[in-house]
Amino acid sequence: MTRKLLATARMLVVMTVLTGILYPLAATGLAQVFFPRQAGDSLIERDGQPVGSAHIGQSFTGPGYFHGRPSAAGPDGYDATASSGSNLGPTNAKLVAAIARRLEAVRAENGLPAGAPVPADLVTASASGLDPDISPEAAYLQVPRVARARNLPEEQVRALVTKNITGRQFGILGEPRVNVLQLNLELDKMAR
Amino acid sequence: MDFLQIVLYLVLLLLLAVPLGRYMARVFNGDRTFLDPVLKPLEGLIYRLAGVNTGREMNWREYAATLLVFNFLGMVAVYLIQRLQGVLPFNPQHFSAVPPDLAFNTAASFMTNTNWQAYGGESTMSYFTQMAALTVQNFLSAATGIAVVVALTRGLARRSAKTIGNFWQDLTRSILWVLLPLSLVFALVLVSQGVIQNLSPYLTVTTLEGGRQTLAMGPVASQEAIKLLGTNGGGFFNANSAHPFENPTPLTNLLEMLAILVIPAALTVTFGHMVGNRRQGLAILAAMLLLFVLAVGVVYGSERYGNPTLRTLGVSGPTAMEGKEVRFGIASSSLFATVTTAASCGAVNAMHDSLTPLGGLIPMLQIMLGEVVFGGVGSGLYGMLVFVILTVFIVGLMVGRTPEYLGKKIETREMKMATLAVLIPAATILLGSGLAAATRAGTASILNPGPHGLSEILYAFASGAGNNGSAFAGLNANTPFYNIALGLAMLIGRFGVILPVLAIAGSMAAKKAVPPGPGTFQTTSLLFTGLLAAVVLIVGALTFFPALALGPVVEQLLMLAGRAF
Repeated sequence: MTRKLLATARMLVVMTVLTGILYPLAATGLAQVFFPRQAGDSLIERDGQPVGSAHIGQSFTGPGYFHGRPSAAGPDGYDATASSGSNLGPTNAKLVAAIARRLEAVRAENGLPAGAPVPADLVTASASGLDPDISPEAAYLQVPRVARARNLPEEQVRALVTKNITGRQFGILGEPRVNVLQLNLELDKMAR
Repeated sequence: MDFLQIVLYLVLLLLLAVPLGRYMARVFNGDRTFLDPVLKPLEGLIYRLAGVNTGREMNWREYAATLLVFNFLGMVAVYLIQRLQGVLPFNPQHFSAVPPDLAFNTAASFMTNTNWQAYGGESTMSYFTQMAALTVQNFLSAATGIAVVVALTRGLARRSAKTIGNFWQDLTRSILWVLLPLSLVFALVLVSQGVIQNLSPYLTVTTLEGGRQTLAMGPVASQEAIKLLGTNGGGFFNANSAHPFENPTPLTNLLEMLAILVIPAALTVTFGHMVGNRRQGLAILAAMLLLFVLAVGVVYGSERYGNPTLRTLGVSGPTAMEGKEVRFGIASSSLFATVTTAASCGAVNAMHDSLTPLGGLIPMLQIMLGEVVFGGVGSGLYGMLVFVILTVFIVGLMVGRTPEYLGKKIETREMKMATLAVLIPAATILLGSGLAAATRAGTASILNPGPHGLSEILYAFASGAGNNGSAFAGLNANTPFYNIALGLAMLIGRFGVILPVLAIAGSMAAKKAVPPGPGTFQTTSLLFTGLLAAVVLIVGALTFFPALALGPVVEQLLMLAGRAF
């Protein structure tokens, strides 16, 4: 009995070393060799300084930048150490009120009339709170505001959005989208 | 395009499952495989280091006892590592010990393949805990599930036998020949798409607008791979597979969904090979596929239809985007929600609490049905085989013959055990939810008022007892009440099925085969497939319809009427 229990404990130790130490360390080593950038944080640098990760959304509030989605990660949103959705259910009055409030804000910022349609992604919180993308419609809606704030012709900003649309992967998978950080970086580049 | 994505997924799943199923049959029959030259010596080394006896097979009681002791010892280890993580290595964020009730819940959760998470990974667990405690149980709980279904399959295939295999051998071979190589390859594919894999401290950057953002880091890909392949589902991060570092692109999303169901689907093929008639496996696979297509149709339809209240406010496009990511949209999110709850996985790429009521009902129902639509690694097929026994029993009653399956008579003992395996999780879900709904400790944790609040509680106990691990995550589950109640539900739901199943394996192994007669019901026919799917649905509906009617069903009607709470 004791001998069997001891063997069971030893099996657990062996398996812990194999699957809990050797396996993740081997995966880390191989990943660093073959895909060092991706295994890190897919960092985007500007002038040698990291400004964020290509995969992680960040907060944009000024009129001269394209805005991402509402975020429930951390109290101020886009906290990459506290990923989270709002978890509000479809019949929660808080959700309906929050969306109504955001609709008003988006319309006011972008000079749209009351009741004007707004794409859902721009007024709903994402699942992770770190969604890096918005839909092409949500980006186009912001073009006039951004162009005005930056004194750029609308056509030029619109063309930049079009250039930054990522299509469905292999033409089938996922949804067309625009990475907000990449778009804003290109916008800064253009404005220089 | 949405339709095409779903069809493409199912085609790829079946294409991958067939060869993998054949390969696993070779592994568990002890036949030669192409990995033998590398793995055979390693296998021998493991047995020598551990000092376990694999030269002798076990009867079902010995098999079950070994499994139980091994699993509970593993649970103790996970508990201790969490409590001691403050003084253990690989803790660059200096996380302190996990509180006792949460550590118990997490230990029960990962050992039972549930991976319910009452914590946020990036703000609670050190890298050492994630690797040496959680990743380990990702492997061991999945391997335990495979071992049980392989033992049951042997029990059905053998004639007049006393033993059903050797637990150590089944466990070790599942890990070495199946889970570990698949995980290593899959982890690297994930990294190539942007899933991170490092041991660095968190990195703070200055954002374009001059704010500061701290990026969480960690050995994510290695845990992600086994999280899905082992139908575990416990995310490295709080947002799970919605987090861009766990699931950065539509391609990783497709691969993650394939990883969830590929082993469960393949095991039906393995089953067919091991019982000597591939069509026995295919008939079960077909019933699973039928139920899956129904489920994904309802989830997708409901999510695409969305929330009419929001449309009247002026929201354009698909309205049900709360709790979803733009890169996945409605189709990939609906498919993922169906896949993860068909299996006992519980990874999520969208927040289930924010799904439309009917879109949330189906995941909940699939868990309540026992996760037999493909199901968890091992647990899906052994759960489905319990329903197979119920089906042949019901057919036997209808024609007035002793029911038989694979040439073996189904008698009182097997029926008792099969009934227990269905009733124990069901009773746990309903009694647990009832307790929570009737007490202050239970209702205080609800986030969403109205019928949705009941859905949150029902989902939590279904997810716990069903060892799924996904959540209507608005429910604040990190309270002593929920940590302990759900931890117990997970243990009861896991071993309340495994033990009856192993008992069936033992009693079936001992039986003589009877030659099929003219009255024998063909369990390879389309009729059988249809009846099996119907029995699963009817048993589930009879048990859970009243509870579901008070939660998601009434909420859907109220949503359509424009009501909010």
